[in-house]
Amino acid sequence: MASKESPSVPITPLLKDELDIVIPTIRNLDFLEMWRPFFQPYHLIIVQDGDPSKTINVPEGFDYELYNRNDINRILGPKANCISFKDSACRCFGYMVSKKKYIYTIDDDCFVAKDPSGKEINALEQHIKNLLCPATPFFFNTLYDPYREGADFVRGYPFSLREGAPTAVSHGLWLNIPDYDAPTQLVKPRERNERYVDAVLTIPKGTLFPMCGMNLGFNRELIGPAMYFGLMGDGQPIGRYDDMWAGWCVKVICDHLGLGVKTGLPYIWHSKASNPFVNLKKEYNGIFWQEEMIPFFQAVVLPKECSTVQKCYIELSKQVREKLGKIDPYFNKLADAMVTWIEAWDELNPSGAANGTAKGK
Amino acid sequence: MSMKIEDSEVDIVIAALCPNLTSFLEEWQPFFSRFHLIIVKDPDLEDDLQIPAGFDHQVYSKSDMERALSGSSINFSGHSCHYFGYLISRKKYIISIDDDCHPARDNSGALVDPVAQHITNLQTPATPFFFNTLYDPFCQGADFVRGYPFSLRNGVDCILSCGLWLNLADYDAPTQIVKPNERNTRYVDAVMTVPIRAMMPMSGINIGFNREVLGPALVPGLRLVGEGKRRWETVEDIWSGMCAKVVCDHLGCGVKSGLPYVWRKDVDAGNAMESLKKEWEGVKLMEEIVPFFQSVRLPASAITAEDCVVAIAGMVREKLGTLNPVYVQAANAMEAWVKLWKAVGSSKV
Repeated sequence: MASKESPSVPITPLLKDELDIVIPTIRNLDFLEMWRPFFQPYHLIIVQDGDPSKTINVPEGFDYELYNRNDINRILGPKANCISFKDSACRCFGYMVSKKKYIYTIDDDCFVAKDPSGKEINALEQHIKNLLCPATPFFFNTLYDPYREGADFVRGYPFSLREGAPTAVSHGLWLNIPDYDAPTQLVKPRERNERYVDAVLTIPKGTLFPMCGMNLGFNRELIGPAMYFGLMGDGQPIGRYDDMWAGWCVKVICDHLGLGVKTGLPYIWHSKASNPFVNLKKEYNGIFWQEEMIPFFQAVVLPKECSTVQKCYIELSKQVREKLGKIDPYFNKLADAMVTWIEAWDELNPSGAANGTAKGK
Repeated sequence: MSMKIEDSEVDIVIAALCPNLTSFLEEWQPFFSRFHLIIVKDPDLEDDLQIPAGFDHQVYSKSDMERALSGSSINFSGHSCHYFGYLISRKKYIISIDDDCHPARDNSGALVDPVAQHITNLQTPATPFFFNTLYDPFCQGADFVRGYPFSLRNGVDCILSCGLWLNLADYDAPTQIVKPNERNTRYVDAVMTVPIRAMMPMSGINIGFNREVLGPALVPGLRLVGEGKRRWETVEDIWSGMCAKVVCDHLGCGVKSGLPYVWRKDVDAGNAMESLKKEWEGVKLMEEIVPFFQSVRLPASAITAEDCVVAIAGMVREKLGTLNPVYVQAANAMEAWVKLWKAVGSSKV
């Protein structure tokens, strides 16, 4: 689709030709209207979940490519079974077909939030700032992001660590409907996140976190192959753990490779609370399984020979099979899918051709 | 698991490095008046302290230190006099704020009560084993996020609460020389647990802690050869804080960082160069200190802070002792501190 110049965009976008915005959707993309001033300069990759015969309307003026299930099957062939169906986990197909260095992914029920001064937040710009400046995973800075204007490293922070590490992931947050699990939603249906915490911080090396895919940026060249969102949705015993799974894999690999993961700003406005009873059914197994998955990830040791993301990920899949396979046969399937994902990734992204090859359509 | 901390369980320790505490205490009166104050006079300070009426307080000075020390080699001069306050207290909790700090205002303009916030931090659980992206899950309007394992939602006791500073942030001398006009104006409305095994620089300017459990681990160990009276001419709290973090991690307790803020007074920026001469040694030592503390693994037999400090002192002597005599002194001071702590019966609350 040819891009149409919008006369209302005042700011020169950063990384316009180096960043793709990946959006999974099953309904419509009306939310893009609110994001137009911030997103229009960028190329969108839309991954249409659900019924491929349905037409998803993309608002005028956006440059995009759209993939439905038929496209995914056509492009990946038998390997398409690693991409989830009827779950927003399918978005990771967008990461795989992108040829850009950076990805920003956002859910279709997320809107532009306002900061405490009332100003609209350009979430993408903040993610870009986060990704372009270093992270500090080796030692905690009590003033949070030391590279932010008006901040610095505090007394006692070793100078040899002040160059930081490359930032692989920028994890943003949400005002209004918080990202709670079903039990918490059921107990606190009215709770809204109203607290604007004006900080970006690096999650320390060795510490795991629950990564939410609603408002997420990452450096595809540094960590892309680890951003597999797992087997969820139709035909699977679990849902709503796609981003969690990716986040644990990503963090373990980032820690191993000396890369940083940031969390905090930017905020988006999360407008839709999904049905907690539906969520409970999807999450049910996950709530039990996470009690084993987390200790598994906390104990993972990747051998020194794993010097690339792909090698780390294949090694991780072996350990998943070995250690989690006994919990449920699902984990063997997942381990297989992790391998399939890497094979598909490498096929679509042969080394040295990160930006040059033709698009998949 | 949240408990209630009574006012009677708290001592506020103020280190007097300047004699006139009148305006400082009058300004803090609304937040301090309910509590007992332990005011420790820097043993190098000769002038008498000026303390306004209306405070339940006790002053400790050089003669008290000499009597309690009875031959021990611990040096309480300068900011290290805080530790005498921690030693001599018989309360379960300590809150300490430097005498160059004023009450801060939050984003709504309201004055911040750092004592109440430290107490809140200490009486609600910490969550060191898994990072919650909405920060403190126990504060109003927040909770654990999706993907946070339920078995970890009880949390553990928080035994150290590290507050922050608006206006003059706790920067080292080199940073102040490069950015003499930078002031911290960002009020970050969050408390978070510093994850297990993550090390951080603890600033002694604005802290609260469980003295009963952690007291012996806050140790006046590392004295710089050229140590001065300003915070950025010392690293004793950084050393002590790393020791405390390692001990907390080993004991399965938590450390929080973030709120409350205090407002720290401007100082003469021209002093930064002089300070650099005094602090430079500390800046260099951090390069050795941080990897050392990151590598400390305590034996399972160490079940109290005292045990842990003695074990760490041995490791300091063994691994750092040959690098610089200041570490040997630190190890000696740590062992002397534990002996002193036991002799004074300080753990008995």
